[in-house]
Amino acid sequence: MTETFSFNAESLDKVKFELSKYPEDRKQSAVMSMLDIAQRQNGGWLSKSAIEHVASHLEMPYIKVYEIVTFYSMYYTTPVGKYFVQVCTTTPCWLKGSDEVVKACKETISEKQNELSNDGLFSWMEVECLGACVNAPLVQINDDFYEDLNYENTKNVLQSFIDGNPSPIGSQTGRKGSRAEEYVKS
Amino acid sequence: MLKAKDKIFTNLFGDQSYSLREAQSRGDWDQTSNFINKGSDWIIDEVKKSELRGRGGAGFPTGLKWSFMPKDVNKNNYLVVNADESEPGTCKDRDMIRNEPHKLLEGCLLAGFAMNAHDCYIYIRGEYFNESVVLQKAIDEAYEAGLIGKNACNSGWDFNIYLHRGAGAYICGEETALLESLEGKKGQPRLKPPFPANKGLYGSPTTVNNVETIAVVPTVLRRGGSWFSSLGKTKNTGTKVFCISGHVNTPCNIEEEMGIPLKELIEKHAGGVRGGWNNLKAIIPGGSSVPMIPKSVCDSVSMDFDSLSSVKSGLGTAAVIVMDQSTDLVKAIARISRFYKHESCGQCTPCREGTGWMWRMMEKIAAGEASPGEIDRLLDVTKQVEGHTICALGDAAAWPIQGLFRHFRDEIEEQLIKKIRAA
Repeated sequence: MTETFSFNAESLDKVKFELSKYPEDRKQSAVMSMLDIAQRQNGGWLSKSAIEHVASHLEMPYIKVYEIVTFYSMYYTTPVGKYFVQVCTTTPCWLKGSDEVVKACKETISEKQNELSNDGLFSWMEVECLGACVNAPLVQINDDFYEDLNYENTKNVLQSFIDGNPSPIGSQTGRKGSRAEEYVKS
Repeated sequence: MLKAKDKIFTNLFGDQSYSLREAQSRGDWDQTSNFINKGSDWIIDEVKKSELRGRGGAGFPTGLKWSFMPKDVNKNNYLVVNADESEPGTCKDRDMIRNEPHKLLEGCLLAGFAMNAHDCYIYIRGEYFNESVVLQKAIDEAYEAGLIGKNACNSGWDFNIYLHRGAGAYICGEETALLESLEGKKGQPRLKPPFPANKGLYGSPTTVNNVETIAVVPTVLRRGGSWFSSLGKTKNTGTKVFCISGHVNTPCNIEEEMGIPLKELIEKHAGGVRGGWNNLKAIIPGGSSVPMIPKSVCDSVSMDFDSLSSVKSGLGTAAVIVMDQSTDLVKAIARISRFYKHESCGQCTPCREGTGWMWRMMEKIAAGEASPGEIDRLLDVTKQVEGHTICALGDAAAWPIQGLFRHFRDEIEEQLIKKIRAA
């Protein structure tokens, strides 16, 4: 893509708020939030032009900003699906069946990670621990966590996006937050 | 078992709203200015009396840590709260942030005042987006009510709290990497000394504390340091939020008394091990960085810093990862090795190269394609990495492997030999 990126008015408001958090001579501190703002405006990924725009805004060399983009895992330099599904497969999720969640993503989205689905709606990737391990396994779709998954309800969640009526976020087994479900000894 | 009246996080599961009004009805932001008027020495003494140890994993005495901050009033000190919760197995800070944010904010003011800081940054992991929205709303509420900002709580102390979102890097949970990241750089740990208490954020004296550490402080001051230290065991005091994941019937977060027996913790709160206690194989008791312990140790060990270090493991973040008999332990640890390989910041050669080595060798063993002698080579690599890096990530990558072979080497070797014979 060759189009040039610049912050729109809404993004500029957010940028202003972020910059207000740091001492005036330390505005580089806002680079992470500005990249995030740029990424959101740009449809979930950072084009070269977007990175350049952030760099010039902060009077930082492009390469220094690019270094940050590649260091942190939440910046993407290639397009992602409108619904970007990140599947946690670290040990606590793996113990609880994240392989099944991966299988559901492969079937519904694409065989390979980081590939757009045929309808262009989704992409998925494996990620490291998302930090909701007592509700494992889980996926993050855009900003939201879908927890207590298995093969079946992962399929249901993905289908709910296809149907244009996304499932409620959080636990898919109806439990409240991280509280233990009632356990009846069999 | 912890009595209901001694629970600090009464809204851990979000039964009530996180809002200021409801938080105040639960007792938050009560007497805050009185505590400030008593002075910073009083606050630090009370925290020392409580014997509170840092809840981020290392367990350093909190009051002592605060006392390292220079008292020079002309210095611009910073309090930084580590909400970059990323240790696999751990999800306790998340609940405090989304359901009890005012405990954290009140703690920030009290801790900040005690260490002569007017500015506080809370560094929250990027994936906790919805949690960051809640926390920002709570910050806004606190400003509006005059609880923070200029003349916070009418105490005469000016105090600002800013939220900084991370972007997916486990290493930023290491305090100096976190500071680098706050400064808008790659999160690569700094050499120490200088320690953050001398030169931290922007070169100023800084203390970095975990969310839970800060969030318990208001209650410690309200009920007294001696109340907190009366719970748990000597030098391992107070309450602790445990995260119980893996092969239990009802995984959950739960606040309990420090020092509770591991078996009791799991049976009372997590519905027991899947298939019963005898179906237990091993437990990682404190997040992925600490060595696992086999069932025989789990039978009797208590959940506190000193008890777990005496069995060559650690309390870490108190994230209890339970693995039953069906678990392929080598695969479970190989996945942890892959995690560390992914998260190594690349700064120190032993870690950058070693984490990849360790992961590949673990995969080879998991696939049954290694000879028993290669276990020695792998353990040698763990020793080459351990203690030879700037930060503890190298150690954290080495320990789970060492723990695995300390307890299960015979079993793993036997399987490898069987495979070789069959071939």
